[in-house]
Amino acid sequence: MISRPADRAVPAARRGGIVHQRWFTPWVLIAPAAAWLLIFSIWPVINTIILSFTNAKPLSGGRFTGLQNFERALNDDQLADALLNSVVYMVVCVPLLTFLPLLLAVLVEKRLPGITFFRTAFYTPVIASAVVVAIIWSWMLNEQGMLNGLLQQFRVIQEPLPFLTDRWLLLFSAISLTVWKGLGYYMIIYLSALGNVRRDLHEAAAVDGAGPIRRFFHITVPGVRNTMLLVSVLISVNALRVFSELYVLSNGTGGPGGRDMSVVMLIQLYSRGFTGHLGYASALSLLLLVITIGPMLLLTRLGRDDRKGT
Amino acid sequence: MPAREKILRYGLLLLVLLITVGPFLLQLSTSLKSADEDVFTATPQFLPSKPTLDNYVTVMETLPVLKYARNSLIVAFLVVTGNAIGATLAGYALARLRFRGGKLVLGAFVATLVLPEEVTIISKLVTIQSMGLSDTLLGVALPDIIGMLNVLLMRTAFAAIPKEMDEAAIVDGANAWQRFLRIGLPNVRGMLSVITIFAFIGAWDNFLWPLIVLTDPENLTLTVGLNYLNGTFSANPRLITAGTMIAFIPVVIVFATLQRFFFRGVEEGAIKG
Repeated sequence: MISRPADRAVPAARRGGIVHQRWFTPWVLIAPAAAWLLIFSIWPVINTIILSFTNAKPLSGGRFTGLQNFERALNDDQLADALLNSVVYMVVCVPLLTFLPLLLAVLVEKRLPGITFFRTAFYTPVIASAVVVAIIWSWMLNEQGMLNGLLQQFRVIQEPLPFLTDRWLLLFSAISLTVWKGLGYYMIIYLSALGNVRRDLHEAAAVDGAGPIRRFFHITVPGVRNTMLLVSVLISVNALRVFSELYVLSNGTGGPGGRDMSVVMLIQLYSRGFTGHLGYASALSLLLLVITIGPMLLLTRLGRDDRKGT
Repeated sequence: MPAREKILRYGLLLLVLLITVGPFLLQLSTSLKSADEDVFTATPQFLPSKPTLDNYVTVMETLPVLKYARNSLIVAFLVVTGNAIGATLAGYALARLRFRGGKLVLGAFVATLVLPEEVTIISKLVTIQSMGLSDTLLGVALPDIIGMLNVLLMRTAFAAIPKEMDEAAIVDGANAWQRFLRIGLPNVRGMLSVITIFAFIGAWDNFLWPLIVLTDPENLTLTVGLNYLNGTFSANPRLITAGTMIAFIPVVIVFATLQRFFFRGVEEGAIKG
């Protein structure tokens, strides 16, 4: 009993020579997650590509039809509307959701008494289902709803505004719902980033007589610039993926003439029933992938720089 | 902080509170209003004059809301359990065990993050149908049983444990399984709580996927069922508001009980999108 094996094991482990487990242990632990990765992430991408070249219908296989689905997409007016809607969605959401949550984060950053309550409360719309909040909103926005009532009472308008039945008003109602629901989500991301902004800069600037507005633009904003970029990419991707808000507010119809559809609503529309066309829905899915992959790749790039930078 | 700034800050906080939580309170108030109170007027009374739970009783008796809630609970239970176990085991292996191919597997998990889930719902539907699970709750839960993001979050949490603790345990002769149970698990309870909260909320709130998978009205989850009822019973807002509250209150309770783990993570700068 001169030397126990463990005595040799320590330096070996430091050098990374001996591995202290049976070779299959990591694979046993990873197996379930890897199975899900293969079946529900990797295979679906491959299968989406395959399906997009077929005329598959719900519950029946399809035949290879070449580029037919893509040709159809080029001439699809509803798809053109959906893409236009996505662009409008993005253009309105990005500035609003990049700045308002930052202001909110600055507001809840200071540890005032009761601040945890306010932070949690501001996060409530995020944890609520989009269906629940869209039902609440559709109830406030309809022609007999509270918003029209208030506007009429204060004589802003004579007739009720068709928030849910006009092509553009419906889109903007959905956008305002998305903005409202997103405030708390991006606030939390900013709150996390604000912790890393140097406090002494604020103090020094305050001593020099810089007011809160100047400090916000000259210290806070530059300090969270990377996060603002990250947030605006997230907002863009989420705007392209919008579904529930538009679906519930329009009662699943996509508004007047179905012109308030999003790309995801079209995918859902073709996923089932007599109108079902899984091949075409897959082609639309690939289109969605193509328009979101750019911002998404930028996102992973940002994440990497972020970690290197700090 | 000067008193003036304090008043201004609390004033703003209350204003934002009104905007973010107000609609929910209005909804709650309407759901508690009795049948003889006017809920259609443009300027409704904020507080119910005679609060009553009648609407909830009616909703549960006449509409299958309880069944929907049960269906949602089943799906959420499967998803939470699957993630708590599957993501934790895989996260541990990726963070603490060295093995050939580990980097490659990790890269594959990371790569899936750029993929919006909406892109693959059609082929996932085909997969679920070929498994004979179309229109079943298991079919709704199955794809989300192990979330790739959760695997990566658990990996981050395990990776933060100092290496020396493992080395000391190796000296004591602990094998990988013992190290996982005694060193790994006790140190990642915070992150485990976070992924559990979000697995629950995600499953409970999910709308698009169950909407595509489920067709039988008996099988609907709460979100899909509510959307269906909203189209059918829009003439009676008291019932719809009671139904939305039944869908909303459970996530509030889950989040409120576990929110300290979440906000601790936020303050440590751990949560980034």
